[in-house]
Amino acid sequence: MTVLLRTEGVRKAYGGVHALDTCTVEVDEGSVAGLIGPNGSGKTTLFNVITGYAKADAGHVYLAGRKITNLSPDKVFALGIGRTFQLTRIFASLTVLENMLVASPNGRAAARRRAMEQLDFVGIAGHHAELAGTLSYGQRKLLELAYVLVADPAVILLDEPAGGVNLSLVNHIADRIRELNAAGKTFLIVEHNMEFVMGLCDRVTVLDSGTVVASGPPGIIRTDRRVLDAYLGEDLGPEKAAEDE
Amino acid sequence: MSAVTDSMSRQRAATGLALIVLAVAAIAFPLVFGSPVVTNYAIYALIFVAVVTAWNMFSGFSGYISLGQAVFFGSGAYAVGIAAKAWHINGVGVFALLPLAAAVGAVIAVPFGLIALRVRRHTFIVITIAVFFIFQLMAFNFSFTGGSVGVSAPFLPWSPTTFNDRFYYITLACAVAAIVMAVLVRRSRFGLQLRAIRDDEDRARGLGVRTMRVKLVAFVLSATVAGLVGGVWFLYLTQVQPQSGFDPLFDLSLVLMAFLGGLGTISGPVIGALIVEPGQLYLTIRYTNGYLSEILLGALFLLIVIFVPRGIVPTAGEWLRRLRTRGRPAVAPVQTSTRAETRA
Repeated sequence: MTVLLRTEGVRKAYGGVHALDTCTVEVDEGSVAGLIGPNGSGKTTLFNVITGYAKADAGHVYLAGRKITNLSPDKVFALGIGRTFQLTRIFASLTVLENMLVASPNGRAAARRRAMEQLDFVGIAGHHAELAGTLSYGQRKLLELAYVLVADPAVILLDEPAGGVNLSLVNHIADRIRELNAAGKTFLIVEHNMEFVMGLCDRVTVLDSGTVVASGPPGIIRTDRRVLDAYLGEDLGPEKAAEDE
Repeated sequence: MSAVTDSMSRQRAATGLALIVLAVAAIAFPLVFGSPVVTNYAIYALIFVAVVTAWNMFSGFSGYISLGQAVFFGSGAYAVGIAAKAWHINGVGVFALLPLAAAVGAVIAVPFGLIALRVRRHTFIVITIAVFFIFQLMAFNFSFTGGSVGVSAPFLPWSPTTFNDRFYYITLACAVAAIVMAVLVRRSRFGLQLRAIRDDEDRARGLGVRTMRVKLVAFVLSATVAGLVGGVWFLYLTQVQPQSGFDPLFDLSLVLMAFLGGLGTISGPVIGALIVEPGQLYLTIRYTNGYLSEILLGALFLLIVIFVPRGIVPTAGEWLRRLRTRGRPAVAPVQTSTRAETRA
């Protein structure tokens, strides 16, 4: 498989706090990659560095072999990386459809058609004329996913897509990700919901204190001692998961 | 679906009819009210309709509240006066200098915007105030601006009985042009990006919006209109001094008009200008104590912020919607559905 997105030795410090320390992560083309780690481990900072919202102090970010380190967010988006945020960031005073059109690179009629298709895809097409600020939290998550899709990015970075939403919506989002992935989209997902990550991702990278402590298929990550120590605390095997339910 | 289409068609027809009535009323106004005292009120009101609409096209749509619009307005006025004097242009030929006034506004807005638009919110406001005072001081101190005496306009060979009527139609044309421009901007993708910047600039950048470019273009567009209208104002008033061309109350009045009517809407600032400017002028003329209108302006601003913080137009729209739907939601709630459900 070809590596589509790669961070190489990325460092980022806020004052004396090292949010990222020589962080190297790879995302294969057409895969769904997971990024997990305890709070403050640097997951969102890594997203910010990749998408241009934060400048890396050192290291590089590559998209399809092209260096995109420290490019501005609009340039990163234009090159094919779309992202969502942990706390949804929508344009509250615009309608749902207008939110979609902000990111659209197409002309008016084509843009509207594509926007409605994406809204239909995530299941909120019926809300297109409403102000985005009136949507529920779960619907906002779907809107964020939809408007990132409008520009057809090569890689989609999802920051806690299942955070704060009910189980049926979590499944709905997971299904949409699977469909998009089957159509060739590449994902990098930050998520605390382990079932969501382990059930969806081909490869999981674990961050702790800004450093990658493990990376591999979910089956291996579940049982990696370093991971258990750093984050999971215990094995989330099928038996344990059943117990939790 | 047809009910929705019918409702939209009815709404469009009503809007069209209202616009025709307004246009007829605006054109007939000087014919009905021939007194120069009344047309003077109307001219000032239309000047402010044009300038506040231009201000709103940038500040209202983007959320960047500028207190430096007088920089462009005053510079446009000075540009016409200085050019007319330097090039010995007299009579109605001075109107040919209005594009220069617009260009001066635009040219000043580029470096001004490149500096000020790098920062946001309060810092942006402070920078616009600082630039405003720099321009006022320059007008006071440069010899080509005539210092504190200012610049006088060339004589216009118009009869006193038609002087105001002619200026009424000129300012009406400026106001209509500014409103049309604002409508076109608001309906465009560019306008959508400006409104997205107002809601969340960083998010807009992350969706590919070149925020600096979008803000700067809007800033320059707004300044162009302000410069042009400043030129018209100068020709009407026949003189400009630093304290009148670069008046600190000018920008505060614009903010008040936009907030009163509804910031970011098209009709709101127009309504605000039509209420505030004649009111302010009346108080200044009626009561020679110039401070009274300023005190009342301040009080009005407080009342708006407390009672109608969103402005007249959005608040009235909300009340009408409530009245029409009598508590029922205006749009029937739609359940979030899966694709299969949606298609079924």
